[in-house]
Amino acid sequence: VISLAGGLPDTSTFPSESFAAQMTRIAHESSAEALQYGPTEGFKETKECILQVMAAEAMAPDPDDLIVTTGGQQAIDLITKTLVNPGDPVIAEAPTYPGAVATFCSYEADVHQVSTDDDGMRVDELEELLAGLATAGRRPKFIYSVPSFQNPAGVTLSRERRRRLVELAREHEVLIVEDNPYGLLRYEGDPEPTLYSLDGGDYVLYLGTFSKILSPGIRIGWVAAPPPVLEKIGLGKQAADLCTSTLSQYFVREYFAEGRWPGYIADLVEIYRARRDAMLDALDGHFPEQSAWIRPEGGLFLWATLPHYIDTTDLLAKALRENVAFVPGSAAYLDGRGGSSMRLNFSASGEEELHEGIRRIGQVVSEQVALYETITGEHRTADVERQLPAPGDARAPRTRSGGATRDVPEEAGGDVIPIPRRRE
Amino acid sequence: MRVAVLKGGRSLERVVSLRSAARVEDALGELGQEAVGIDVGRDLVNRLRVERPEVVFIALHGPGGEDGTVQELLEILDLPYTGPGVAACALCMDKVAAKHEIRAAGLPTPDWAAFNATAFRELGAGDTLKEIEERLGFPLVIKPASQGSSLGVEFASSRDEVPEALVAAFSYDDRVLLERYVKGRELAVSILDGEALPIVEAIPREEDFFNFEARYEIGRTEYVCPAELGEAETQRVQELATRTYETLGCTGFARVDLMLGDDGPQVLEVNAIPGLTDTSLFPMAAEAAGIDFTRLVERILASARERPASEATLPA
Repeated sequence: VISLAGGLPDTSTFPSESFAAQMTRIAHESSAEALQYGPTEGFKETKECILQVMAAEAMAPDPDDLIVTTGGQQAIDLITKTLVNPGDPVIAEAPTYPGAVATFCSYEADVHQVSTDDDGMRVDELEELLAGLATAGRRPKFIYSVPSFQNPAGVTLSRERRRRLVELAREHEVLIVEDNPYGLLRYEGDPEPTLYSLDGGDYVLYLGTFSKILSPGIRIGWVAAPPPVLEKIGLGKQAADLCTSTLSQYFVREYFAEGRWPGYIADLVEIYRARRDAMLDALDGHFPEQSAWIRPEGGLFLWATLPHYIDTTDLLAKALRENVAFVPGSAAYLDGRGGSSMRLNFSASGEEELHEGIRRIGQVVSEQVALYETITGEHRTADVERQLPAPGDARAPRTRSGGATRDVPEEAGGDVIPIPRRRE
Repeated sequence: MRVAVLKGGRSLERVVSLRSAARVEDALGELGQEAVGIDVGRDLVNRLRVERPEVVFIALHGPGGEDGTVQELLEILDLPYTGPGVAACALCMDKVAAKHEIRAAGLPTPDWAAFNATAFRELGAGDTLKEIEERLGFPLVIKPASQGSSLGVEFASSRDEVPEALVAAFSYDDRVLLERYVKGRELAVSILDGEALPIVEAIPREEDFFNFEARYEIGRTEYVCPAELGEAETQRVQELATRTYETLGCTGFARVDLMLGDDGPQVLEVNAIPGLTDTSLFPMAAEAAGIDFTRLVERILASARERPASEATLPA
């Protein structure tokens, strides 16, 4: 099966001899320490590595404002555990990272979604939502956003909207949780300032991770947050797992000491850019004209939308018979939208495989389009009009001639499990 | 006794199968049998040759495991297995063929029309939709001919909804049937060794109909067993189910799904290998008959098919 469903970075190009040398050095020089518990907030040396990564995106937090976590996912969990009581409103983008929604729901948050378009979250809609909640006497605990190369939509929040988002947070005294796993994986265009740097760290809690720039297997992420929040997160972390893997932190330290990490990211960017381009080419060649997608400027994902009469959850059953998989779009919404969309991952497969995977998906889509048209006798032109996004559904991709794609990040990868949902 | 439990596979019902198998393996353990779980894949034949089970318990659902494919393979390997044989499995999995058999036997099943995708693409079947809709009325049930559970089952409440529902159903199979909707009570009759167990009635709670997730999610649908029916009605439904089971040539066990409408019970379909999870209807019916899960597994095992010499599929 060619899986375009996962969210896995490609770890195959990481130099194994370098990995071996680092681990050997740890074993020889720091065996006892590396096998021991560590401080809950993480080692000072790990934080120095984190500061280097954040500096690459023009951020310079105080090391005391950092806590090392077991991957970015634990950061989302700890923040939610710390801040959210059952029934508290939380705001997220629509679509959003399904792994975050699962966490919010496990703490019984009342999740509201704000549409996105080509420029990311619709801050005008956010403003209305905040005003509406305020009128009802409710204040959201935080606004969760993946501003760069969003998972799953692939879009990037524009500079203007970033500024406005930070302003709104200040006006309404609402925290922002900025999840930025892909910021350094940019394949074209100029970098946008992080919300954290625009805000100065007053209202923005920043989530980073080594998963996409080094390894998801080491499970190391971090939070940068103001001290009062950080203190509570620390208590939660202590209860959850005492400390992040000491061995993994030693590995990060050794790896960064070599000073080659910017070069490795540059290599990844080259590889992923070529894969993104291969996927875009394949989409152009194999997806019917009734479909549309966004061109992601970075990250790992691309978001495609099909005509309204194709449900991608059903389509997945057909695609699996052709040995190809994707993630149906509805998983990224809480309200049943996204039914005609799909998230496609381009980081985990080689260019030929991507091409073949997209060819197969394109074929099953074309078959369903032709079938529908035969049944209805409908003309293609009429169809294109019908499939245009509804107003407010910013997620809807441009038409194919526009050639833009969306991208969606994801923490977890692996096999796809179809989520059938028909009624009987 | 060494019992191989076949599970998983690549069917869309993989997850359900794994849950069924986990319970079966536990029960086999309690019975003092040696259970060997096998997630079916390319190495299945090899695994069976290496493990050398005495009996194979098939806990697979959906195409591949429930349609006679695996059963055929086990016959070739000369291994006894649980549940219906090759022909019965193939018939149960093909809802259209099963309906023809049921009707030919004079048993009631809702009116239908069936097409494959080619009929629409190349033979202009779309032009008959109007007549079909007039004959069957709305709402209309549209479903793939060969999926288990309720995957790909769509309801069209008006003409406008038919094309989209067809496209969805055709995602699961190249053959689709349009069926008259029977308004009434949804019943399931589990049959063990040719004998009907107490009837289960499914009463959907939050929605008008079942959906796939609800079937495997505790609390979404209310199940009543035994169903609240009069004695005569119960007998009538059980008899129809038993005759259907026999008509399709089932052996060992199976589950017959019916609708009880104003015109009496009508057969919708037969599941050759019904789910055995902790929310499945078959174990629920057995429980109501005083057969706990372990005993149920024991009885299914006891009825495992020995391949009669006359059915040999390989030339001597």
